[in-house]
Amino acid sequence: MALYSEKVMDHFRNPRNVGVIEDADGVGEVGNAKCGDIMKMYLKIDNDIITDVKFETFGCGSAIASSSMATELIKGKPVAEAMKLTNKAVAEALDGLPDYKMHCSVLAEEAIRSALEDYEKKHANG
Amino acid sequence: MIYADNAATTKMSEAAVHTMSALLADTWGNPSSLYTAGQKAKEALEKARAEVAAAIGAEPREILFTSGGSEADNQAIRSAAELGKKAGKLHLISTAFEHHAVLHTLAKLEKEGFEVTLLPVHEDGLVRPQEVADAIREDTCLVSVMYANNEIGTIQPIREIGAICRARGVLFHTDAVQAVGHIPVDVLLDNIDLLSASAHKFHGPKGVGFLYAKKGIRLTNLIEGGAQERGRRAGTENVPGIAAMAAALTETIAAMPEVSARLAMLRDRLIAGLSKIPHAALNGDASKRLPSNVNFCFEGIEGESLLLLLDDRGIAASSGSACTSGSLDPSHVLLAIGRVHDVAHGSLRLSIGEDITEADVEYIIRNVAEVVDYLRGFSPIWRDLVAGKKEFIL
Ligand SMILES: Cc1ncc(COP(=O)(O)O)c(C=O)c1O
Ligand SMILES: [Zn+2]
Repeated sequence: MALYSEKVMDHFRNPRNVGVIEDADGVGEVGNAKCGDIMKMYLKIDNDIITDVKFETFGCGSAIASSSMATELIKGKPVAEAMKLTNKAVAEALDGLPDYKMHCSVLAEEAIRSALEDYEKKHANG
Repeated sequence: MIYADNAATTKMSEAAVHTMSALLADTWGNPSSLYTAGQKAKEALEKARAEVAAAIGAEPREILFTSGGSEADNQAIRSAAELGKKAGKLHLISTAFEHHAVLHTLAKLEKEGFEVTLLPVHEDGLVRPQEVADAIREDTCLVSVMYANNEIGTIQPIREIGAICRARGVLFHTDAVQAVGHIPVDVLLDNIDLLSASAHKFHGPKGVGFLYAKKGIRLTNLIEGGAQERGRRAGTENVPGIAAMAAALTETIAAMPEVSARLAMLRDRLIAGLSKIPHAALNGDASKRLPSNVNFCFEGIEGESLLLLLDDRGIAASSGSACTSGSLDPSHVLLAIGRVHDVAHGSLRLSIGEDITEADVEYIIRNVAEVVDYLRGFSPIWRDLVAGKKEFIL
């Protein structure tokens, strides 16, 4: 039996939306080096729609795959819908994660939310 | 596949497989039975005991067969604690980077009222004999220091520590699971009272090991029942496994001088090659280490993703990252030598075996460098380090 599903390995080996958006409308970073996973999300938002998203991740296979899948799930979606993204949805889209790896998908949910909150804060001020 | 995880387990040698199959087929009698078939099994068992004893400079009756290294560690420590309790000595000394078979047994004893001192192992991964001497008290009943560490491969000054314990009248146990079959071990020269070993680390089968206990040391049973193993471990003996262990050990020790010289040369080549990766550091002393062990930390990346990508490239290795252990903390060994969490997560252990070639070594160096570089390419930590927002540790 493999450690991860085919889906997880696919997103781990070929992560989607890797990189940086220099003029991002929202940026969020969560996690810390102590626990071993850090995710950073960059969002480009136009008319309340997420037009582009990129991520950088320091972490294990499931952290990288969760970041990749989370970006796919919110790309092209309205901000309000992206706000509702749950770690369960990320894990399910990956055909499941081992129990002790669920925290990595939680981190993906938090990274997206943190980037969206950053966007809303900037948006409210400007 | 290049198998570079021999510290986790080794492939059984042909001699071990052959011995085990032959005994499974032909020598299936119960060694406690008095008829011929039983006595044939008994003979195989005692031949194995003599071989194992000879391999470490012990007498046959000082060898007790167990289910592996963990059981031997448990029984050695339990026995010393039991003897200590009878004499009113409730203090045990060990080190911060022992295997969990030792650390968890000690933690359990602490709950039962014993006091445990864990000595530091310093940045080089070496215990200082003087610190052992300073830690021994009137009520110390055991010193337990591993012969060689399973993660960073550092070889401890066992002979000196043993001499100190002998002079102070304290029992000395060593977890020699990573040492036996890999470097010379002699219980007399090394002043060892109790020693644990495991067959699957030296090309024998899994689930078999032994405990050496110097004659006169009364062992405490972990398993009660029949009178096997001089009454110190009940249960019908795993004769095929034990015989295969002896065959593997005898063969491994005969080949040791040649094999270890070659492995040490290839180890040093790996260390030199991987040291060229920027912001990387070898874990543990460079020379006082097992000929098979290479262990590095690479700043800015995490170990599990490194292992998975190396596996895709046909390299089997291991890491002390949290995500490979299933806990949130990275390896206690790396923390014990002072690696902070940030870099401890990015560790790689390569433990090479005799079938490795020079071409394999070059392949490993090239591929580790490529994968580290790739992972750093989208690591937010690495970005901050390169941008000067965080300071490099390595
Ligand atoms: C240093 C050390 N001690 C003890 C053990 C446990 O040995 P076993 O797997 O035979 O129980 C190991 C093996 O992982 C080890 O490396
Ligand atoms: Zn993780």
